Amino acid sequence: MSSEEITHILDTSESMKEVSTRDVKKVPVLRGATVVNLFFEPSTRTRSSFEIAEKRLSADVLNFSLSQSSIVKGETLLDTSRNLVAMGASVIVIRHSMSGAPWVLARELNSSIINAGDGSHEHPSQALLDLFTVREIKGDIRGLKVLIVGDILHSRVAGSNIWGFLKLGAEVRVAGPPTMIPSYVEDFGVKVFYNLDEALDGVDVVMMLRIQRERQEGGMFPSLREYSKFYGLTQERLKLTDGDVLVMHPGPINRGVELSSEVADANQSVILDQVANGIAVRMAMLYVVSTGSLS
Amino acid sequence: MRILIKGGNIVDPSSGVNRRGNILIDDGIIHSYPERTKTIEKDAETRVIDAAGKVVAPGFIDMHTNLGEPGYEHKETMRTGSMAAAAGGFTTVVCMPSTVPVNDNASVTEYILFKARTEAVVNVLPIGAITKGLEGAYIAEIGEMREAGCVGVTDAQYPVMDSRVMRLAMEYTKAFDIPVITDCQDVDLATGGVANEGYISTMLGLKGVPSASEEVMVSRNISLAELAGARLHISHVSTKGAVRLIREAKQRGCNITAEAAPHHFGLTEQAVIGYDTMAKVSPPLRTEADVVALKEGLRDGTIDVIATSHSPHTEDEIKVEFDLAPFGISALETALQVSLQLVRDGVLTLPEMIEKFTVKPAQVLGIPKGSIRVGATADVVIFDEHELVTVDRATFLSKGKNTPFHGAELTGRVLWTIVGGEVVYSV
Amino acid sequence: MCTKTVMGPELIKEAVTRIACEIVARNSQVEDLRIIGVRTRGVHIAERIAVGIKHTAKEKPLIGVVDITLYRDDLRRKSQWPEVKRTNIPFNVDNKTVVLVDDVLYTGRTARAAMEAIMDYGRPDSIQLAVLIDRGLRELPIHADYVGATVDTSAAQTVKVLLEELDGRDEVIVHGE
Repeated sequence: MSSEEITHILDTSESMKEVSTRDVKKVPVLRGATVVNLFFEPSTRTRSSFEIAEKRLSADVLNFSLSQSSIVKGETLLDTSRNLVAMGASVIVIRHSMSGAPWVLARELNSSIINAGDGSHEHPSQALLDLFTVREIKGDIRGLKVLIVGDILHSRVAGSNIWGFLKLGAEVRVAGPPTMIPSYVEDFGVKVFYNLDEALDGVDVVMMLRIQRERQEGGMFPSLREYSKFYGLTQERLKLTDGDVLVMHPGPINRGVELSSEVADANQSVILDQVANGIAVRMAMLYVVSTGSLS
Repeated sequence: MRILIKGGNIVDPSSGVNRRGNILIDDGIIHSYPERTKTIEKDAETRVIDAAGKVVAPGFIDMHTNLGEPGYEHKETMRTGSMAAAAGGFTTVVCMPSTVPVNDNASVTEYILFKARTEAVVNVLPIGAITKGLEGAYIAEIGEMREAGCVGVTDAQYPVMDSRVMRLAMEYTKAFDIPVITDCQDVDLATGGVANEGYISTMLGLKGVPSASEEVMVSRNISLAELAGARLHISHVSTKGAVRLIREAKQRGCNITAEAAPHHFGLTEQAVIGYDTMAKVSPPLRTEADVVALKEGLRDGTIDVIATSHSPHTEDEIKVEFDLAPFGISALETALQVSLQLVRDGVLTLPEMIEKFTVKPAQVLGIPKGSIRVGATADVVIFDEHELVTVDRATFLSKGKNTPFHGAELTGRVLWTIVGGEVVYSV
Repeated sequence: MCTKTVMGPELIKEAVTRIACEIVARNSQVEDLRIIGVRTRGVHIAERIAVGIKHTAKEKPLIGVVDITLYRDDLRRKSQWPEVKRTNIPFNVDNKTVVLVDDVLYTGRTARAAMEAIMDYGRPDSIQLAVLIDRGLRELPIHADYVGATVDTSAAQTVKVLLEELDGRDEVIVHGE
């Protein structure tokens, strides 16, 4: 996507956000279209957000959730998807634990494909809603200092956000334990910090990533306690920034681990705005892929 | 049946021949290099092949092929694999032991040789397993496999991680005068990896295989080979660091050899962008700097052999998520074309390139092949070194159509392949 | 190919003034009147009509904007950059009289979509339709309550309304045979 295309989706999202303020929170634009949410990974919040977005556009919605194990055994991804197309799905929203899975569909099927998160690759709707939220509050993305904290290596949220914020002209920093920072991330044009206090200096936006407990089992860090001590965002750490910093989190939050409760509930926290904006952004994505040739 | 190959550019690195001339094949043997051909041509029993302007060379030897039998007949059979080999100019292929059942005892070796005798159109030589079941724990019956016809041992894509077991295998194999051939990858360091660890794997969100995972094992295996005094051959070298380690070891007199696969010097990691599962290979396609180092290694002799790592897979197996796709490229039918680029780029001369396909692998394996001297078995390839071809995977004779070179414009075309005096492939 | 001017600045001004008078004449409760322009040109005509109403009734009615993109019935005709502009109706339409304003009334599909959009905001007492040009060729049973001018056209022709605010001049042009 070019920065013009991103901006176009963000502009469309503004119009979509207005729909959610009406008495009747529904427009008929996707009436008669069938959208399938094909989820190979449990993700109640992303799926719900897409589902509400689809319903507000009057699409017929089918949720098709498969367990992790069915990826490896049984029907192939392509066969499953061909079945859905045969049922008349015009848009497939796919969430998959493996990077690049949406590409398999995009190569072989004619339907529109929306990537709702693939492996540790991309999570475009999350990045767009984050961009939308920041743009709505700060006015412009260009020139902002954005810090992303946590497991950069495995995070598709980080992947898409680094790319999106850089594309729209922000300065992007990442911070976290070195085991969770990909070795080549500097080549993307981001600044790497292993010390959170230093990273926070002068930032406009702090995006905290969810820390996954499995990573500790994988030996990426010694304990949640130690992680939280060095990389958790607390009120004291927030004081290192100037007052109007935005605190973001893609959810679900581990209170007391990556964010202290006071920070999660503080004025600077826009976590719930992110959730609300997620619907508008996903409406815009659905609209644009259904009616245009963007993908 | 006699065959007269007339007026070709004969390139035989084993004897240093590199000139225009004629070759007469009689009774499966290189009979002579006749100066005059008129009387021979008059003989109705002699088939005349006009090779004017073409290269005539010893048939190629691929010391790294997966043929699918036994156990993976859906991917490749003796028949299809050997036909693909012939189409690529190979007259001898050496097949890996990673079959089902594993070639870790003489009865499996004999089965493979039986199938090869009855179905293959080129020579097939098996390689046995280093350890039973390729499990890395106990050495296999290497002596009996050697007696049955194995020309080397390897654990293929399951490198022996236990250094003690590897040492024992190297020591034991010395009694049977065959090389220990090894993939070099620290499988713990490479766990879950599907692409070269670097900028592109990070961009694509794919788990990376760091260069260090290869170099750690190259280094270990060189140390063990020096300790054991064994003959070590390193399969498909892919990194700059590995080339350096091998060069240094050779300089201090270590008895090792190494091979490179055409895709590792013909492509970079860029090929996986777009999640092309046909470019998923182990070791992974690396960076431009690695490609430069491989070429330098080929040029200065650090890398002795070009071998294909031919790994055919079905369409169903490759039209899946990148993480789920099998590693490997169907490579027999593009190896020559990709390698000829080295000649055009001035990395190797044509005889040097042919040497790495013929006499060099013959020396590594200790087999009397790779030569077209008078008296040698008539395994010959005739190819056009300049003809432009567009790779079309649909035309492959291999069952595996998985190639990242599909659609590429390459030069070089095999015209005739002769095995033991029989034409097994011609266009 | 021929191009014909069917209205100049004077005629347009007259038409807007007349429509404003007719609206006031028909709707005595000006405080219950809401004017909603259809993007893009209807918005500017709505503004002019509202100003006209203020001249007559001394009170300027509230103005809203409707974008009908999400209500169109031709979604399947794809374009590279499908644009959705914001609908802005900053008032409650319940029990109000809404005058919908557009530049040209043609097939009636835009008016239908706009009515549907407005009804998603509440339940107006009535919706009336004001247009600068009625060019005929209706495909739906819709008629305008207030018309600036009626022009006979064929489907091969296009009608272009140029406005000072957007185009630098006021003019209505018919292109084609």
